[in-house]
Amino acid sequence: MTLATSDPNVLHDWITVGPASRLLGTSPARPYVTRLLGAQACVWQEAATPAATLDGAPVSALLRYGYIWIWPAGTPAPLFDFPEYDEPGRRIVDCDGFGVAVSGPRMVENFLDMGHFPFVHADYLGTVPHTEVKPYTVSVDEANDEIRVTECRFVQPKSSSISTEPLEVHYRYRIMQPLSIMLYKSAFGRPDALDAIALFVQPVDEERIFAYTVMALFDDDSSHTSLVAFQHTIFGQDKPVLENQVPKRLPLRPGSETPTRCDVASVAYRRWLKARGMRYGVIAD
Amino acid sequence: MRLFDYELSGNCYKVRLLLHMLGRTHERHAIDFHPGREHKAAWFLERHNPLGQLPVLEDDGVSIRDAQAILVYLASRYDAGGRWYPDDALVRAQIQAWLAAADELTRTAGAARLHEVLPHGVLNYPCDLAACRTGARAVLRLLDDHLAERHSLGLRWLASSAAPTIADIACFPYAALAPEGGIRLDEFPALRAWIADVRALPGFIGMGGIMAPVVSAAA
Repeated sequence: MTLATSDPNVLHDWITVGPASRLLGTSPARPYVTRLLGAQACVWQEAATPAATLDGAPVSALLRYGYIWIWPAGTPAPLFDFPEYDEPGRRIVDCDGFGVAVSGPRMVENFLDMGHFPFVHADYLGTVPHTEVKPYTVSVDEANDEIRVTECRFVQPKSSSISTEPLEVHYRYRIMQPLSIMLYKSAFGRPDALDAIALFVQPVDEERIFAYTVMALFDDDSSHTSLVAFQHTIFGQDKPVLENQVPKRLPLRPGSETPTRCDVASVAYRRWLKARGMRYGVIAD
Repeated sequence: MRLFDYELSGNCYKVRLLLHMLGRTHERHAIDFHPGREHKAAWFLERHNPLGQLPVLEDDGVSIRDAQAILVYLASRYDAGGRWYPDDALVRAQIQAWLAAADELTRTAGAARLHEVLPHGVLNYPCDLAACRTGARAVLRLLDDHLAERHSLGLRWLASSAAPTIADIACFPYAALAPEGGIRLDEFPALRAWIADVRALPGFIGMGGIMAPVVSAAA
């Protein structure tokens, strides 16, 4: 098998190819067919585990967190932890995904950015003139090679599907892989607790992705449909902005795009990608 | 009045847009279109629309399907000024022709958008993307030529009416959303000017993918 990339960041890591529900009724003769890293991915259910090929060559596959994961080349290592997925009292809501004509890193960076809330998500996640992003903290968890963004606060008119009044919402982020990120934000009904929202990106190729979200919430009251509809609304607002970004790939050279104070997390993400030698979906230099 | 609705559907949006412009309050019943495929659920097919399509408007206990039909109904019943669906034989004939064009846009530009927006394994029917895009460009060309001619006469809207009509509301969403289906609008300048005119109308609201020109609707 010859893939279009030799970037170990996407070859030697678990990459999602969509929700586990796609495997219903699949078999070796009738697999779920999608595209990953410019190649054709076929996945089917085999006894308890999934089996997969990438451009015809067998690859390791895994079902976890309600999603299918493929290790494109070499010997697999453990998948990142998403402890909230299994935490008692949380409700798991799979929002499935959408296609976006942009690179994976641009998508992750958008998910990480609070500066656009009042403009792109007006009356939901922010409101003009309350546009200030208060200082927050960014660190790299060396043991797990993850980025942690903490102590974020933002006043949001409608922070979730059940919000009825503005709330100063606390945010945290965790970037587990170049194309997987978690967002933690105050649960509307329980200000002491944080809902967890995961974004998993399937890179169809360097400039096209499917972006999936899974939520682990403290919310026993909302209907499933209203929870999914809220996420889809927010996502629909982001999509045209993402698709109009030029270039579609994320530039990593410092100074190629001008950051402001609120972009500290994005700067750390780009620096972290550069240190890892990321090439897929980025402009490395 | 209750609207069976999905936020990211252009056909649902055009109904929400007219309702908002008419100032009609209504209940939104969100349908789990993706990933739940609730528009194909037995209860919805049996009670509201055997075609399994959104939107459906329920008013006075009656379900009305088809976005264009709903626009005709709302404008006929709730627009006291008769501005959106004027009582004029020629204007109504023109509107009818543009409602048909709006349906064609759904079948072409709308289908291309669904193909590009939904992940693999979700669409369970074949879609010829190239044919959809070609078909969409033909409708957009028709719209652009017509609007260029109207503009040359100092007029802005699709039908021969000084004010916008449901023809404009019907054609607007899938024209404005065409880039999400990989159809660029660069070659349709009169259409783009018209999109800007619709967005500038009093009472305009956006949807995911179509921004309202005012950043905060609450301001």
